Amino acid sequence: MTTEAEDWLEENAMIKRYTKIAIGLHWAIAILIFCAFPLGFYMHDLKLSPAKLHLYSYHKWIGITVLALAILRVLWRITHKPPALHIARWQETASRLVHGLLYLLMLAVPVSGWLMSSAKGVKTVWLGILPLPDLVEKNKALGELLGNVHTALNYTMLLLVLLHVAAALKHHFVDRDDVLLRMLPMKGTP
Amino acid sequence: MKRLAIALALLLSALDASAIEYNQVQLNQSKVSFGYKQMGVPMEGKFGKFAAQVAFDPDRLGSAHARIDIALASVDSGSSDADESVQGKLWFDTKNYPVASFVSTGIRPLGGNRYQATGKLTIKGKTLDVTSPVILTVNGNSAQFDGSFTVKRLSYGVGIGEWTDLDTVADDIQIRFHLVVLASPSSNQQRKTP
Ligand code: HEM
Ligand code: HEM
Repeated sequence: MTTEAEDWLEENAMIKRYTKIAIGLHWAIAILIFCAFPLGFYMHDLKLSPAKLHLYSYHKWIGITVLALAILRVLWRITHKPPALHIARWQETASRLVHGLLYLLMLAVPVSGWLMSSAKGVKTVWLGILPLPDLVEKNKALGELLGNVHTALNYTMLLLVLLHVAAALKHHFVDRDDVLLRMLPMKGTP
Repeated sequence: MKRLAIALALLLSALDASAIEYNQVQLNQSKVSFGYKQMGVPMEGKFGKFAAQVAFDPDRLGSAHARIDIALASVDSGSSDADESVQGKLWFDTKNYPVASFVSTGIRPLGGNRYQATGKLTIKGKTLDVTSPVILTVNGNSAQFDGSFTVKRLSYGVGIGEWTDLDTVADDIQIRFHLVVLASPSSNQQRKTP
C-alpha cells in the first residue's frame, strides 16, 4: 500500500492525530515520569550507600531531562493548536483544566527538586556532565521545606495523572471514541 | 666608635622589634574545611571544632611550628544525611579515633609571602607525611595563613568496605585551612630584653 493510499484511508477514518513531535514528547515525558516517581520513593527509604547515591543522581538526571522536554513541549503547545475534538462541553473544559495543571506540574516538580538539591548543598550535574547553577543558597531549613514541596507536588501530579489516564481509558473503552488514538503513535501520523 | 656602637645597638633593637612571633590563634575566625567529589559533583564540608597552636616568626623559620587537632565528630560533610554515617566505622570511626591531627615538621620560604609547610597528618591511627603550600597575609599584628593540599582518603582507610568504590566518592580530598593568628605582645617584650 502506498503512503498516499494510507493517507487517504487515514483521512477517511477522520482521526485527527497529534503531530509526531507532540506524541513523541507526550510519551517520552510520561515514561520518564513513571520511572522517576517510584525511584524517588524507593531511593528515599534506602540507607546511605553508594547504590543510594547512584540512584539519587539517576533520579535527578531523569527529572532534569523531563524538565528540558517539558519546556520544549510547552513551546510546541503555544505554537500549535491540538487537532479539533468532538466531546461534551464539560469534558472539554475539564480536560483543559487538567492538561493545564499537568503542564504546570511537569515543570514545577523537577524545578522543586532542583531547588531542593541546591538548598541541601548538593549541586545538580546533569548526566554527570552539565553542572546546573544553584538557584538558592545552601540552607538546611529551606532544603527540608522544598523537600516537602517536592513531595506534595508529586502527590498532586499522581492524582491528576490517575484522573487523566482514567479519562483516556474511559474514552477508549466505554465511549469508543478517538481520544486515545489521537495520542498514539501510528503509521501516517503527520 | 662609641657612636657607631650606639647606632648598631639601636639598629639591632629595631630589627628585633620587627621580628614578631604570631602565636595567638583566633579559632573563631579560623576554618578547617574540605572538598571532595561525590558522583562527580563537587561537595564542600568543614569541621566545626578544632584546636590549633601556631608559633611563626618570619625571621626565624627554623623554630616555627604548628599543630592542628580536629574533633572529627564535629564534621559537616556538606550533606546532612551523611554526617552521621561519616562518623561510623567505615569512615572516620570517631569512637576509636576521635581526633585527627597535623603536626608540622618544617616550613621553608618559597619567596614573597609563600611558604611550604611539611608535617605529619594522622587520621584513624595512620600517620603520613603531607606537604602544603601556605600563603601568609599580614595585616598589622594579625597574620592569616591559608593553605590547601590533597590527601587520598583510602590511604588513611577512610571510606572502606562498599565505599572503596571511587566512582561514588572520589579518593582525592582537598583539605583547606584558614588560620588567623595574632602576634603575641609578650613574646615581643621578652625578646627586647636580652
Ligand atoms: C519529573 C520529575 C520528578 C519526579 C516525578 C520526582 C519524584 C520524586 C518522588 C516521588 C520523590 C519521593 C518523595 C518522598 O520520598 O517524599 C522524590 C524525591 C526526591 N527528588 Fe524528585 N522527582 C522529579 C524530579 C527531580 C529533580 C529534577 C530533582 C533534582 C535535581 C529531584 C530531586 C529529588 C531528591 C533529592 C529527592 C529525595 C529527597 C529526600 O530523600 O529527602 N527530583 N522525587
Ligand atoms: C505522567 C504522565 C502523563 C502526563 C504528564 C500527561 C500529560 C498530558 C497533557 C498535558 C496532555 C495535553 C496535550 C495537549 O496540550 O493537548 C495530554 C494529552 C493526552 N494524554 Fe497524557 N499524560 C500522561 C500520561 C498519559 C497516559 C498514561 C495516557 C493513556 C493511558 C495518556 C493519554 C493522553 C491522551 C489520550 C491525550 C490526548 C487528549 C486529547 O486528545 O485531548 N496520557 N497528556
